[in-house]
Order: sequence, then C-alpha cells, then structure tokens
Amino acid sequence: MTTDQPNPYRLSDSGTRQISFTFDGKTYQGREGDTLASALLANGVHLMGRSFKYHRPRGVLGSGSEEPNALVSFDRGAGRVTPNVRATTLELYDGLVANSQNRWPSLKRDVGAFNNTFSMFFPAGFYNKTFMWPRSFWDKVYEPFIRSMAGLGLAPTKPDPDVYASTYGHCDTLIVGAGPAGLAAALAASKTDNRVILVDENPALGGSLLSSEKASIDGASITDWLAQTEQALRQAKNVTILTRTTAIGYYHDNFIALAERLTDHLADAEIGQSRERLHRIRSDKVILAQGAIERPLVFHGNDLPGIMLASAAQTFLNRYGTAVGYEVAVFTSHDSAYGAAFDLHDAGVHVPVIIEARTDIDADLRDSAAARGIEIVLAAAVSNCFGKWRINALELYTPINGKTRRIKCDALLMCGGWTPSLHLWSHSKSSIKWDDKIDAFVPGKANENASCVGACNGDFGLQTALEAGGRVAGGEATYTVSEVPFGRGETFRSLPNYKDVSKQKAFVDFQNDATEKDISLAVREGFSSIEHVKRYTTIGMATDQGKTSNLNAMQIASVAVKKSVQEVGLTTFRPPYTPTTFGALAGYRSGDLFEVERKTSIDSWAAENDAVFEPVSIWRRARYFPNGSEDMHAAVARECKATRTSLGIFDASTLGKIEIVGPDAAKFMNLMYTNPWAKLAVGRCRYGLMLREDGYIYDDGVVGRMAEDRFHVTTTTGGAPRVFRHMEDYLQSEFPELDVWLTSTTEQWAVIALNGPNARKLIAPFIDGIDLSPDAFPHMAVREGKIFGIETRLFRVSFSGELGFEVNVPAHYGRAVWEALFEAGAEYGIVPYGTEAMHVLRAEKGFIIVGQDTDGTVTPQDAGMSWAVSKKKKDFVGKRSLMRSDIVANGRRQLVGLLTVDPNVVLEEGAQIVADPDQPIPMDMIGHVTSSYWSETLGRSIAMAVVKGGFDLEGKTIFVPMPGTTHSAKVCNPVFYDPDGERLNVG
Amino acid sequence: MFLIHCPYCDEDRPEIEFSYAGEAHIARPQNADAISDAEWSEYLFIRENKRGIHCERWWHTNGCNRFFNAVRNTVTDKFIMTYEMGEPRPTPEEIEAARDDD
Ligand SMILES: [Zn+2]
Repeated sequence: MTTDQPNPYRLSDSGTRQISFTFDGKTYQGREGDTLASALLANGVHLMGRSFKYHRPRGVLGSGSEEPNALVSFDRGAGRVTPNVRATTLELYDGLVANSQNRWPSLKRDVGAFNNTFSMFFPAGFYNKTFMWPRSFWDKVYEPFIRSMAGLGLAPTKPDPDVYASTYGHCDTLIVGAGPAGLAAALAASKTDNRVILVDENPALGGSLLSSEKASIDGASITDWLAQTEQALRQAKNVTILTRTTAIGYYHDNFIALAERLTDHLADAEIGQSRERLHRIRSDKVILAQGAIERPLVFHGNDLPGIMLASAAQTFLNRYGTAVGYEVAVFTSHDSAYGAAFDLHDAGVHVPVIIEARTDIDADLRDSAAARGIEIVLAAAVSNCFGKWRINALELYTPINGKTRRIKCDALLMCGGWTPSLHLWSHSKSSIKWDDKIDAFVPGKANENASCVGACNGDFGLQTALEAGGRVAGGEATYTVSEVPFGRGETFRSLPNYKDVSKQKAFVDFQNDATEKDISLAVREGFSSIEHVKRYTTIGMATDQGKTSNLNAMQIASVAVKKSVQEVGLTTFRPPYTPTTFGALAGYRSGDLFEVERKTSIDSWAAENDAVFEPVSIWRRARYFPNGSEDMHAAVARECKATRTSLGIFDASTLGKIEIVGPDAAKFMNLMYTNPWAKLAVGRCRYGLMLREDGYIYDDGVVGRMAEDRFHVTTTTGGAPRVFRHMEDYLQSEFPELDVWLTSTTEQWAVIALNGPNARKLIAPFIDGIDLSPDAFPHMAVREGKIFGIETRLFRVSFSGELGFEVNVPAHYGRAVWEALFEAGAEYGIVPYGTEAMHVLRAEKGFIIVGQDTDGTVTPQDAGMSWAVSKKKKDFVGKRSLMRSDIVANGRRQLVGLLTVDPNVVLEEGAQIVADPDQPIPMDMIGHVTSSYWSETLGRSIAMAVVKGGFDLEGKTIFVPMPGTTHSAKVCNPVFYDPDGERLNVG
Repeated sequence: MFLIHCPYCDEDRPEIEFSYAGEAHIARPQNADAISDAEWSEYLFIRENKRGIHCERWWHTNGCNRFFNAVRNTVTDKFIMTYEMGEPRPTPEEIEAARDDD
C-alpha cells in the first residue's frame, strides 16, 4: 500500500479515466465506472452514514441495491437533491456531489449519537410504549424530537425541475435480471419469434458474472463471454435491452412496472432531458432471474464500518478493483465466503483468519486455504469488534474451550448463507415454500405465467443458472463451465458468545436499527405472529424492505416462539422492489398536467376579463369578475345587484347534459326521476329530482321535452358522469326491455345563462323562429330556433329567481355568441357573474345545491321537496325506500333557512348547530349550516341548514357556537326573496 | 392491472377501461310495495363479500359502455369467466371447468 497515490485501496489499474467527486464537502478522486461506494472505499473511506435510531457510524454492508446502511443525499443543485440514495448504486461522474445524512453537525461529530449511549431506553416498541401519554407531549415534545433525531435524509425543499417520462410496452417474454440465468434465457428467447425485453438494474449486463473473475464459459473468459453475449442480444431484432432499469412491481396478469434511470449517471444531465422513464409492460410470460442476496451473520458489533458481506468485498475487488482493506478477516457459515477470501488473498490482500461457525468443512476448502497460508478456525465466532469509525480488531471466541483471541484487521467479511430474491415473485401472489437444503424460502406455485430461474429459484452455481435459464426460454443449450463451486452452508439461529445477551448489540435490520435482542423482547412481550413482530420491532419495514434482514429475523423469531421457520412464515413483500422517486411515478403528471382541467368554450373570455377561477369537480369555473381592485365580497355584491336590477350573464356550460331518446324515453324518465314525465308537453321543462335506490337525493336538474321521444336532461356540474352511469346501469341491468338510448352531450353544448329583468329585451333582436312573448314562451319552456343565425335550444328557466333564459348553442360557437350578447348587453349595463354570485342568487330563492345542502343522507321530504315526488307513479328508483320506517320517522334533519339575530354575521358553512348554548361540552349537535352568504339584495346575511326536526322549529332560535362567541339565529323558510315568484313574470 | 375479457367486445382489455359495479345477480324486487322493510334492506344493503368464487358486475366504461357479469376468485384475484348481462349465474360445474387458478 502506498499512500501517495490518490486511491490507496485501488488494486487494479483498469485504465479508465480518473474523475473527481465531493462527499461531505471534501473532494476525492475516483474512476469512471465506480459507484460512490467503490470510489470512497478506494480512498479508504468506510464511514458513510449514521444509523436510523442510534446514530451509530455505518459503512457499506452490501455492494448493490440491497444496501441498508450507506444512504446519501445526491445533490445536483436546487430542487435536484435526492435523499436516501444507496452509495452502492450511485454511479460516479466527474463533479458528483453527495452528502451523508442523519447527522449534525457532521458525520464524525453527531449530537444524535447520544441515542446510542442511552440505547437501553430505546428497545423494540419504544415509540409505541413511551410516547403514548400524555397526548400533548406527543405533539409538542416527542414527535418533533423523534423527527429531528431519527430518520433518513431530508426531503428536498425546492420543486423538482426535472422531467419524467412514462410509456407502455408489450412483449412475449420479459426477463428480469441479466445475470447468467437471465442472459441464457434471453439468448434462447432471441432465437424464437418472441418479442423479448431484458431488464437489469445495473448499468452493465452480467449480474454476478461481473464479480466472478475466475470462471470461464465455453472456453471464454467471463469478460469475453459477456461481450459476445451482449453483441448477440443487441443484434437480435426481437430483443430490447433496458439497463439501469429496476422492475419495481409485479401486478395482475403479468403487468410489470419498470423504472429506468436515464440521466443520474451523466455529468451533464440537463433540465429538460427525461431523468427517468416508467415503463408499464404487459408480457405474456415473465422470467424472474433476480439472483440471491447474501445474509449477514448476527453477532455483537456486526454493524461497525468495515464489516460487510463477503460477496460485497468480492464485488468491490473484482468489478471495481478496490480492496475493502489490507487485513481482511472472514467470518462465515457458508462455503461461498471462501471464494471471496481467496480472491482477496490472490490480489495481494492479507487474510489473517477465516472464522468458521461450522464444526467441519470440505477438505478442498481446507487445502485451498492452507495453500495460501490462511488460518481457518472451526466452530468459532466473532464475539466483539473494536474500532470507533472502522473496525481495527476483532475478538475470536471458541466456545469449546471458552478462549478468546484478539486479531487485528481493517475489514471483516461475513456470510450467513443466501436468500433467493422472491420479492417480485411474491408481488404476483405466487406462493413460496421452505427449502431445508438451503435454509431459505424458494418459489412455490406460480400465480401467473411466470418462472423463477437460477439463484432466485434456489438453484445456485454458474452452470446450473445458465442451463436453467436456457431451458425456461425454450432453449436446449448446454454450457461448458469452469467455476469455483458455490458450495453449501449451515444456518445458525444464534451464534455463540460468552457475553450476557442483554449487553449485546447484534444487528438484524441495519437500516431500522433493530437487534436480535429486540426480536426476543417482542416475543417475550407476547407478539408471536411474524407480522406483529415485524411491526413491533420495525424489522423489514425500512426502505430496503428487509432484503438482508428478513430471513435472519424470521429464524431468530422461530427460536423465540419455539416454532418451525415454516410455521413462523415470511412477511409480505410489497412494491416497489427498491425505493422509487415520486417523479418516476408521477411521470408527466406534474405542474399544469397534474390533473385534467376541463374548460368551457367561454373560459378564455373569462380569463381575458380577469376572472378569478375556482375548481368545480374537474372544471375550471369563473368564481367572480373583480373590477379593478375589488375584493370578492364587493364583486359578488355588484354582480348580484346588476342581475337583480337589470341583466347578468353567466357561463353555465359545465352543466351535465344527457340526451335521452327512444320510444320508451318517457317511461325511462319516470323510473329514473321522482317526478311524473308522461304528461309533460313537448316544448315544456320540469325540474327533475333523482334518488338513489336508498331514497336519498342523488342529483337534480331541469329537463326539457324536445319531442315525444326525446328529452334534454341537465345534471349538476360534478354529477354528470355518475348520473350517466346510474342511468346506463338501470337501463342495461334492470330495464333492458326499454327501447331507449342515452348520449352524454355535456361537451356538445355551450350554455349561456341570461338573468334579470332585461334578459328578454337583450335576446329578442337576435332570435329567429321563436315567439318570445310570455304567453307563447312561458317560464319552464324550451324552443328550438336560431340566435345570430346559429342553431339554438333556448330554455326559459331561472336559477336566480329573475326572468331567465339559457341559450344552448353548439360548443364551438360558445364564445362568439357570448361576445355578441355581451356587446349588445352594454345597453342594459350587462354584468358577467361567476359561481359565487350564482350561489348567492339561488340561495336567496332557497334552491338547493345537491352535494352542498344535501350530503347523501337527505330525502326529498328532508329537503322540503315532497312536491317533486309523484304520488301516483307505481315505481321509480328510490320509491320503496321513502317508506322505510327510519325515513318516515320523526327527528330527521330537515332543510331550513336561518336568519342570524345580528344581520351582519355571516355564519360559517359547516358550523355545528345546538339548541342549548349553555349545555356543557360535549354538546348535542342538532344540525349544521350548509350554505351561508351575504345577501346584498336583502342587506343582510342568509343561511341554509339541516336541523333535527327543523320544520317544526320555524320561528325558534338556535345557536351556532364558534371559537370565542356563540351566534344565535332564527329558523325560517329557506325562500328568502320573492316567495311568490313574481319576478319571473316580466312582460 | 387486470386484463378483463369484455363479452360484448370479445376482447381482453386493460382494467383502466373498466369500472367495478358490485355483486352480480341481485335482482331488484318486482313487488317492492309488498315486501317488508327487512326484505327491502336485504336487497339494498346486504352483500356476500365472499372469500373465493364471486359473481360481480363490471362496466366497460371507456369501451363499449356495456355492463356485464364476471366470475372472479377473490382469493387468487383471478377472473375465471365473463358473460353477458341477463345470462344466468354459471353453475359450480361450469365455473370449475373454466378455472385455471386452483
Ligand atoms: Zn366492451
């Protein structure tokens, strides 16, 4: 080791370009092709983070997406900070900036580390137990404390400026994982006429092959075989290769979500380039070749930086040319770790000892170690680890004689066996079964057209994986392989240690800081189901989903509950397989595209005329049109006054519209609405009230009869889709014998409502083919003719109580007709009004808004609308329910008007109502305010409310308690203005 | 995301084109006036919520706009068959013959 070179732990000189990067403000050198983790290790930096709960120093445990410890914030500038990125998967580029997390003020001087000193106060279930009481302490003390002291990276504070793409794809065979099994499957599938997609989360194809220096396939070195294979696949026209792509979720019927990272590895990732792309793939067949993940050993102090999985060290060495140390000890219960030890030794690293938990191993391994001069100690364990920021020595313990021995080392590799990756397999609801031979779960029965091959199927070894991969894709290729045998291992439910168990910190879940002791404690406290143990200890619930911890946890729990591992079972895996950015999931749906916004054909005029908009369902509607600096109150008062005294114009295009046509149209209307329709004359309108089958008000609107067999139905703005569905459902399911067609025409018509005493005068000069005189065209009538030469369905209706017309024209004429009317209306001081004034005008008349004055538990009787319910009809939807005992019972909440005793008080909508303001809390709430406004016309406030037994309370006083004060109001009829409707009869 | 076979379109289409519409084969009582509140409530509110073979309605909302029936195993979440509105509930033998989800 020479310290004057930039990367003192770099062994091979691969000739790739030297680049620099910054970690926690310090600049280091790395190489193209490095990950942040391999580059830091090449610099001798093991300390990469602080743990979640105890703030313990942590380094890498793994070398890939399974990594639980080395989480960093990847910083590309404002809004482009990604927290909790695994250093082991973050590809290095020139100028990369990353920072450690969960520490303050710095990684080495972290005040939160006192959590570790006081860790006896943080056992399993600590949060559940300690912070239960008192409630106020939770809000003010505990929660802020936990939030600041425990946790991962900080969420970005600025909006993410990056663009995220999404796409759909279809194929015959989707292969997840491009290790030996996946590559062999892809080669076989490429020779068929199948469309094939091969995905791998790494930047390069190869999987475990990238870490296996010593093997060869069909006489070729691994490097050569990979190059040939990649070339063959890239040339095959039926194969698509997606690298840097993680299969994050496996859904019904072979629908797989893939998250592809496009720019995170680029030094010059410009804003505007798609950062990630989410693929939604439907595949006939899915081949899962995800490999297996090595398990840590659970022993005291196993989380010190420098202690890692044996396979990780092998990967850092063979793939990145980086030694994780120069005095590397090994602790194992599986043969596979010997390969890592031998590779390190052969690369010039000193391996002082292999500590073997088993009592015996194969002679081959013994001989290979002896040939290298590596000492093996059988039936032994690591009982302690020393070092503050990185391991510098371990304590070897041999239980047979009770002796301990201190061995110097600067890294310690561990291997407790291998866990097949069954995450995606489990997402698909396929079953798993226990395999005693490998002490792990393996795939059971498939729930989809899917197979697992290679290590994720419990079939280890290079040749096995290659041949299984070929077979599953219909190939019969055989491979001649020279490989280091994968070997076998033994699982130890607990490792020997002379120390008192309660004094040990043997980590099981590194990311959530949960120990062996925590599991035993959970079981002692009565949690016997693994799902409960998981939630109590939080094991497996971190962002790594327990990739390295689940099986160890389950095996420890099985000992504690004295059940077999099969009986204990495995917790459920859920998507995503690895943490996924919200950007990838949102795709194009951000900013203006976050939600569909429907606009009417008149919307652009409103925008040009300074309308203030509000969302109504997914429509954008003009709420009011302020003049200059007017506030909403002033604008609405002015709009209302103009409408009542002269003329207002209102865009009502968002009203839902359904055309009901056919010989049985009237019969169908009779079934769908409470009102009678048979005798409604052609050219006349009626207010229709629609119930659900349970008798509650569902929707309402004016319906015009255009012909014997044709109705023009209007619905509430938000209700159109559900009313259409409701009608189609009954027509298709209950009344299929009726000869009726339903067509949604909401988008076809622009609707311009003109209200006010001058409404008729305004339109008269422009109408052709309709006699507008009051006798020929009475209130609640509809005519067809022309306005400005354009076809119109002209309704004489009113939602304001004034003389009113609704001009329906084909939608693309909407703005032109609006502008022409607005221009002509100048003569009458025409005023455009928005939804707010519309609400006030209708409330003054006591007209309800379904969904505001009703809430899904209001019947026509409750709303005072029995007049709209036919007594003669034999049947309509909801009729039977109106006779249910609880619907006809006394004491239901009924819709009434409220006049506050102080006319200047405008009640808050939603405010609760009580009969006795002096009743101690909790008070009996007898209703709530549904609508409340300032009425400029009446010079006072008005309100509507649902109140228990409200009809009988007319003239009585009720109370509305609000913070600091209680308002009183008199119950009244909800028609506040022109109760006899005389204003409709303007000559 | 399911692939659902619409019996009217006679095609497998993705779930986003469909809406779920509750349990199937619940007939609206013809003699509503004559039945008790309890019987009416049974029709209105009581559903099987079955674990296992379940007959249910789906609506091809963003397709042919037709309601149809389906048999689905609520344990494996697999569609076993779909059939047109008005056709009788399949017999256990028919369902068994159509199953490939055990
Ligand atoms: Zn269809």
